[in-house]
Amino acid sequence: MPSQPSSSPRPAGLLDLESLSRKEIETILERACYFQPPPNETYRRFETLRGKTIVNLFYEASTRTRVSFEIAARRLGAETISIAAQGSSVSKGESLVDTLNTLVAMRPSAVVMRHAASGAPHFLARHLRIPIVNAGDGTHEHPTQGLLDALTILDRRKSLENLRVAIIGDIAHSRVARSDIHLLSKFGAEIVLCGPPSLAPLELASLAPGVRIAYDMKEAIRDVDVIMMLRVQLERQHEAPMAAGEYFRFFGLQLEHLALAKPEAIVMHPGPINRGRELSSDVADSQKSAILNQVENGVAVRMAVLERIFA
Amino acid sequence: MKSLLIQGGRVIDPASKFDGAADVLIRDGKVEKVGPGLKAEGVPVFDAKGAIVAPGFIDMHVHLREPGIEHAETIETGSKAAAAGGFTTICCMPNTLPVNDSAMVTSYIMQRAREVAPVNVFPIGAITKGSKGEELAAIGSMHEAGIVAISDDGRPVMNARVMRRAMELARTLNIPVIDHCEDLNLSAGGDMHEGAESVRLGLRGIPSASEDVMVARDLLLAELTGASYHVAHLSTKRSAAMVAFAKSRGIKVTSEVTPHHFAITDHELCTYDSNYKMKPPLRRQEDVDAVIEGLKDGTIDAIATDHAPHPGDEKMQEFERCPFGITGLETAIGLTLSELVHAGHITVSRMVELFTTGPADVLRMNRGRLLPGAPGDVTIFDLTTEWTFDVSHSLSKSRNSPFSGRKFRGGPVATVVAGAVVWKRE
Repeated sequence: MPSQPSSSPRPAGLLDLESLSRKEIETILERACYFQPPPNETYRRFETLRGKTIVNLFYEASTRTRVSFEIAARRLGAETISIAAQGSSVSKGESLVDTLNTLVAMRPSAVVMRHAASGAPHFLARHLRIPIVNAGDGTHEHPTQGLLDALTILDRRKSLENLRVAIIGDIAHSRVARSDIHLLSKFGAEIVLCGPPSLAPLELASLAPGVRIAYDMKEAIRDVDVIMMLRVQLERQHEAPMAAGEYFRFFGLQLEHLALAKPEAIVMHPGPINRGRELSSDVADSQKSAILNQVENGVAVRMAVLERIFA
Repeated sequence: MKSLLIQGGRVIDPASKFDGAADVLIRDGKVEKVGPGLKAEGVPVFDAKGAIVAPGFIDMHVHLREPGIEHAETIETGSKAAAAGGFTTICCMPNTLPVNDSAMVTSYIMQRAREVAPVNVFPIGAITKGSKGEELAAIGSMHEAGIVAISDDGRPVMNARVMRRAMELARTLNIPVIDHCEDLNLSAGGDMHEGAESVRLGLRGIPSASEDVMVARDLLLAELTGASYHVAHLSTKRSAAMVAFAKSRGIKVTSEVTPHHFAITDHELCTYDSNYKMKPPLRRQEDVDAVIEGLKDGTIDAIATDHAPHPGDEKMQEFERCPFGITGLETAIGLTLSELVHAGHITVSRMVELFTTGPADVLRMNRGRLLPGAPGDVTIFDLTTEWTFDVSHSLSKSRNSPFSGRKFRGGPVATVVAGAVVWKRE
């Protein structure tokens, strides 16, 4: 059986952004800036984590997140082992506790975990005395995505202070949205959430200070600095939020919407994009789109996070 | 049949409105006398100095898991946990394997209980065959075999017409219909109360309305049929308000609340600990406040634990895959004392009512009172002893309690069933 939770302090992993202070977030982002390579150069190598073994435990397919965690760990000198633990949905339950037992035996230095169930990394953290980094849990949080979104905004803005941000789409099922909201709110952002009512429930307004809900795209986008589009997560939706074909018409981002935002506004999306479902192709490819920068920033942010958990 | 003289305690017997220093003499398993300075030659004496001596506590909502799910609990282990929690009588829900939907299963449970249970065990029969909600179970035969109520607990009866027929039948048998109120369409897929906390944690919600619409429907059917209707584990503000309204209109409705629903809120879920996962889910503070108000004003008639054991490996999974339910027999008195009595919401006498005459009257049992000739069941508890609940020492076969490590002030001292001391605090 796995070890019982003990009362000693939990090792500092990264389970969510909600519980981080603004200061802690700033420290991580400053460090991530430092790790960002100059244009056309690759990431520098460090020896900070030499001798450490980091297990990447991915219960859900995610090439980009997994690879960027691997690169980040290796650039810091750590060894990585990636386990793609995608079983059938029936065997999932056993495999979590089995994996826990295997991990206890393997004695890794840290675990990076992606899982389809909200709270799965918290479960590991209760039973393992090593740092756990949440690489996305169910519909809860995706803290490193939130951090890299912030870094992407900082690439184009001087500060995160007092931004106006619209987050549009399937917010109820989005772990990215929750991490973005918690982070940006700590910097005084005014955040408008917009989507069909079953995907943007009113309770979301209580998630953090400065959050409100709108059900009209034009109202949500007016005068914002940042438009964050979310992927429509059909696999997590158990019923259609509205009649087929109406989604893009009412909640898809189209070129004419961009005129309502501030002139220097940027468009973000955690990817992968469904062109024609969440946003039109011309928006995805427009000058305002920062989508490719988001992908680029993944490694630097994850280096900063991995370095921090061993600090 | 045992005899026992319980001396020196403070006797609280809500049925006779007695609250004062007295002794209780039980002879041959029955209450003989309650009064000061009793003497009885050759009868063993129990010293209850400093403790409260009350009629035997009744838990009308327990899952014993036998027959069929004995790896979680048995009639023996569950009833021993009940004795250790201060209960002298428990009623077991029919969601066993097979479901208690026939006289045969009812008789099996009663026979096993006579053999192994230190406390009285009364089965509750299923409303429908297999608790599938479609066809009425053998309610008449189960009633002859000894059930005290009918319920498909764990599941609602979704079909209103089936519920109507069950209520009509129950009325003629003079037994209550207990409903687990949950509209399955509204609750589908939910793991916790739907609200700010579920949205924050990214867990799927069960709205209060899923309970409320069923309570509303059942109250209308109870009025239509004249049946006695009992709301199991009531958890919402609106359900409490509807029950209060129905009572004021003379509808024969009663209700129970579990200790966890008056003690903690959905905020506890923030650790994703599956020991906080149950149905109905932990609600908001305003619901907790409303059920406490209901316990004070009589809207709620009984405290019942909904003791729902699950083995450790079933609770060692992703939160969304873990089964619903927590154990509760050994923490009920402690939680009631700390959250209701010491907190100043109710008197000790009202607490005794909620565990004795309250459930006894719902179930039409000649129990829960210390009248001469009544069963010699007594619960002895105190208000001051400091103790910590350690689930690893629980007498239940399962360990799924969120209250392990919790400190209590006051708790069970001894449990007396038909004059025999079946459990005593170490």
